[in-house]
Amino acid sequence: MHARTDAPPETAASWPEDIFAILQRFDVRQVPYVPDAGHSQLIERVLAASSMRAVPLTTEEEGVALLAGAWAGGQRGVLLMQSSGVGNCVNMLSLTQIFRLPFLTLVTMRGEWGEFNPWQVPMGSSTAAVLELSGIKVLRASHAEEVREVVEAAAGQAYNACTPTAVLLSQRLIGAKVFTK
Amino acid sequence: MSQANLLERRSVVSHLLAERNDAIVVGGLGASTYDIAAAGDHDRNFYLWGAMGGAVMIGLGMALAQPKLPVVVITGDGEMLMGMGSLATVGLQKPANLTIVVLDNEVYGETGGQASHTASTVDLVGVARSCGISDARAIGTMADIETFAPSMQDVSSGPRFASIKIDSANLERVLSSRDGQFTVTRIRGALGFGPI
Repeated sequence: MHARTDAPPETAASWPEDIFAILQRFDVRQVPYVPDAGHSQLIERVLAASSMRAVPLTTEEEGVALLAGAWAGGQRGVLLMQSSGVGNCVNMLSLTQIFRLPFLTLVTMRGEWGEFNPWQVPMGSSTAAVLELSGIKVLRASHAEEVREVVEAAAGQAYNACTPTAVLLSQRLIGAKVFTK
Repeated sequence: MSQANLLERRSVVSHLLAERNDAIVVGGLGASTYDIAAAGDHDRNFYLWGAMGGAVMIGLGMALAQPKLPVVVITGDGEMLMGMGSLATVGLQKPANLTIVVLDNEVYGETGGQASHTASTVDLVGVARSCGISDARAIGTMADIETFAPSMQDVSSGPRFASIKIDSANLERVLSSRDGQFTVTRIRGALGFGPI
């Protein structure tokens, strides 16, 4: 098990670059997010990309609604959030079925794999089930080398088949957060 | 119940939309969607029958995707209160083509007329302004509606926010389509996007 801190790692991981390249290839234009340390590298890439609009949110459900408006207006998007944010989205996820949205979300997991903070565990434990109950297909990547093919498959089915899909990026992949005094 | 000096919602919305041209109009769930339907069905009407708190964000997603088109969100005070954070998100993005109109009757009309927060404490114009939407105003007369309506066509000076105090009379429902796929497919078609 490796560790992470709130600061971006000195050596950038390659899997966020893989994700960014896939999002570019699928012509993703709007990227709503609530920050998470596990998404920090990807968020920086999105903020620097002229073809993408990064949209910081106050709560994750805003992102679901934003992507519905984006789709009606002819643009694709992806929602970046942490597992606890999935709970904030539940009613708004109705839109993925009501509009048959090409909905993709990338969820960094907390509350598993060496978690220090017990407050993360309840929502982290129910994240996949909540998504599935909401009609979202759930894929998971736990190792750096599988991120590319998992996100590629997720983007393909979300955008090409209008199949709402979430990719859970395991805490094993991003590293358990280290709390130090 | 009709109150003196307050505007009548159907009249407000029909005047706002009389010269809408190519504008996309998003209606928050409940009476706002009925008001938009009453003003006339349109292939650029985005009717919401749920997703409470999401109207402004749907408008923002549309406004960012179509920056040359006017996008108008018309919603109620209860729906706006549930999505108040979205005003902060709009204030940050500053989409120049987005207008947000709140029809504020100070009650939850669909559920029995319970008082909303705007009846006593919350000033939504102040909230919008504090969130970075500097063009935020309260509208109280039909003359002001007539002045405000053309500004919604200006896609270079938004975002703008207007709160309009209306009377709380429950009017006969004018039911739009409640088929979300139909609604979105029709809007996409009007913008030149085909099915997948």
